[in-house]
Amino acid sequence: MPPVVLSEFAGIGLPDWIDALIRIVFVVALMTINAFALIYLERKVLARFQARVGPTRTGPIGMLQAIADAVKLVAKEDVRPTTADRWVFQLAPFFVFVPVFLMFVPIPFTETWFIRDLELGFLYIFAVLGLNIVGVVMAGWGSDNKYALLGGIRAAAQAISYELPMLLAAAGVVIIAASHLPAGEPGALNLNFIAGDQRTTPYLILQPLGFVIFMIGALAELHRPPFDMPVAESEVVGGYFVEYSGMRWGMFFLAEYTALFLIVMVASTVFLGGWSFPFGADLGLGWQLVLTFFKASALIFVLFWMRAIVPRLRIDQLMAFSWKVLLPFALAQVLANAIILTYGGADWIVGLVSMAMLALLMGLVYGQMRLKAGAGTRTIRRRAARPRMITATEVAGGTASGGK
Amino acid sequence: MRELVSQPIVVEEDFETVDMNINMGPQHPSTHGVFRMVLTVDGEQIKDVTAYIGYMHRGGEKLSENVDYRGGLGYQDRTDYLAAFNTEWVYANAVERLAGIEIPERAEYIRLILAEFNRILSHYMFMGAFGTDVGIFGTAFCWSFKERERIQDFFEAICGDRMMYNYFHVGGLGWQPHETFMEDARWLLDVTTNGIQDIDSLMTENEIMILRCRDVGNLSAEEALDFGVTGPMLRASGVPLDLRADEPYSIYDRFDWEIPLGDHGDVYDRYLVRLEEMRQSVNIIRQALDQMPTSGSVRATLPRVLRPEPGEIYQRQEGPRGEYGIYMVSDGTDKPWRMKVRSPCFHNLGSLKHQTVGSYIADAVIILGSIDIVLCEVDR
Repeated sequence: MPPVVLSEFAGIGLPDWIDALIRIVFVVALMTINAFALIYLERKVLARFQARVGPTRTGPIGMLQAIADAVKLVAKEDVRPTTADRWVFQLAPFFVFVPVFLMFVPIPFTETWFIRDLELGFLYIFAVLGLNIVGVVMAGWGSDNKYALLGGIRAAAQAISYELPMLLAAAGVVIIAASHLPAGEPGALNLNFIAGDQRTTPYLILQPLGFVIFMIGALAELHRPPFDMPVAESEVVGGYFVEYSGMRWGMFFLAEYTALFLIVMVASTVFLGGWSFPFGADLGLGWQLVLTFFKASALIFVLFWMRAIVPRLRIDQLMAFSWKVLLPFALAQVLANAIILTYGGADWIVGLVSMAMLALLMGLVYGQMRLKAGAGTRTIRRRAARPRMITATEVAGGTASGGK
Repeated sequence: MRELVSQPIVVEEDFETVDMNINMGPQHPSTHGVFRMVLTVDGEQIKDVTAYIGYMHRGGEKLSENVDYRGGLGYQDRTDYLAAFNTEWVYANAVERLAGIEIPERAEYIRLILAEFNRILSHYMFMGAFGTDVGIFGTAFCWSFKERERIQDFFEAICGDRMMYNYFHVGGLGWQPHETFMEDARWLLDVTTNGIQDIDSLMTENEIMILRCRDVGNLSAEEALDFGVTGPMLRASGVPLDLRADEPYSIYDRFDWEIPLGDHGDVYDRYLVRLEEMRQSVNIIRQALDQMPTSGSVRATLPRVLRPEPGEIYQRQEGPRGEYGIYMVSDGTDKPWRMKVRSPCFHNLGSLKHQTVGSYIADAVIILGSIDIVLCEVDR
């Protein structure tokens, strides 16, 4: 289906690039507003989990809190440490900010609404996803702060480790999508095709393991608990943006929430069927948009929920979990998909195998934890007795208890 | 001392790597006050730790030597400010033993109940802070503070203050507790039992919690004794030393309860021991409420000025963090000639380096959290 060009509505012929520009402005504006909404929602949701009420004072039920925060951030002084590497320090927020917005290019909000319908949209997302780590490392290095440096290095290590299983997990979907295409025809890497392909069965059913690994990788990629070591308040005091203030800090913050929305958009497109499942293209444009946002919001709620309840992993455990657990499982799934589909297996076999592997993964994690936890504490019943008086001879003879 | 896991690797002849010193504190969010440690790290791994204390030193011991025996009690509120009833109790008991004062039975019971409630309160504080240390974003903190708040309200109803109570006086209590003291206490016990269960279900079985805390900061029983570690930390290492049972002061010999012990002596065991201790405190308070005389005086009649016979006393009691002791020497005047506090955190903190070297930066945070330090009590 050809994309709806805005000029068709207007009835006037607009050049293609103006049309693209309008779409870009629309998406950027939408995402900025969305980030404010997410910040407010996260604070409210976390507050409910924590037996608090959250922001209530700014605007009706505190809804303008994020706006007030933004105004405060803009008004604040932009402090640069004297020993910081000037250009590296000042440019770092842009290097984080820009790639996040670049990633919106191929995301299909509805069947016909995206900035550009990239044939290799899937690869594009993962390629640009790797870019913002440059900004993070720049911030960590340029701040001339040891905590920032530690945070930056942690973020880099984490991004390298988790992008791989994340990509492989989603690659399983691409393999299935390719099998739905006529042999030799390209297009399985097109996000819009992947979304449209899930009209009846979302890939969540066919690739539950892939979905779980993708979301775990997303958590690590977004520096959200339990993988928030790069920004861990209680360890590295905020991590790579510890020296930033004012709007530069705000840009990190905005980028973080925009990336959060972007990743769940990708997840909902690739695994939950995006605009397509369960009504297909029959639905109007507006309803498709609602469906997309509903799925994304559901995933975001799960991420907020996790933030409220999970502790943080240690950096070596995080690396070990990625390389020793997630990567082999993701690889095994890709391999299983390829083998089953090459020999003409049905989709449901793929789903069953993936489900079995997910069960194995969860069993392994749970079993190992039970093993590690061992028995709890034992208690000894004690009825206190009257103190025994220690005689002088006992002390002299060295038989008195206490002391070593 | 544990072996370092990695050794520096020489890449080129003229290429040199140096260890990084990280200054953690006194303004770090997870040093629990104004504690400062300088970590020498190789990447994320800790090679050396130097602890600096003394930022909170106010000379409370010396100040106590310049006021009369009754006046020194207020300073005890300000050492372990999270368990002020427990510390007040040690001071009051020390003076009473020094001066040979008998206090009414009702006062003993109320003191014990309040001190055990304060132990629960202090452990709630530990649960909240520890939850934040291991990285739960505020939930454990908010939940435990919600429960802690109720206990504070209860204390406020009794003595009008939420932290610095100054309610235990030498010779008993300052005044009678409010009329609904017993009912309030029973209600609070029921609520607290649920609160403990909430914390338990949030943290204990969490896989990441186990992964982070198991086999981190291990102290064997021998090592713990060598460092002079006391309290829940020592019991987590498997040593069944609880002064409430081993040297029952006050009326602890009238109750029946259990002492939780750990097997590994690691951070996770310390958490478990504290969790179980809260339940046992509830148990003790229930028994005390059943036995307690419902009426009667709470204050012994004392001379206007206390002048104990010359002599010395060392009174030690089981606080929430371990053995809290007060050494006091009387020269027959109305002021102590010498007053010295043995604070459990100071000694527990001594084992920090031993536990931390060889582990990771993130471990240092939770090890420090598991010691449950109160800096006012370390520095006094």
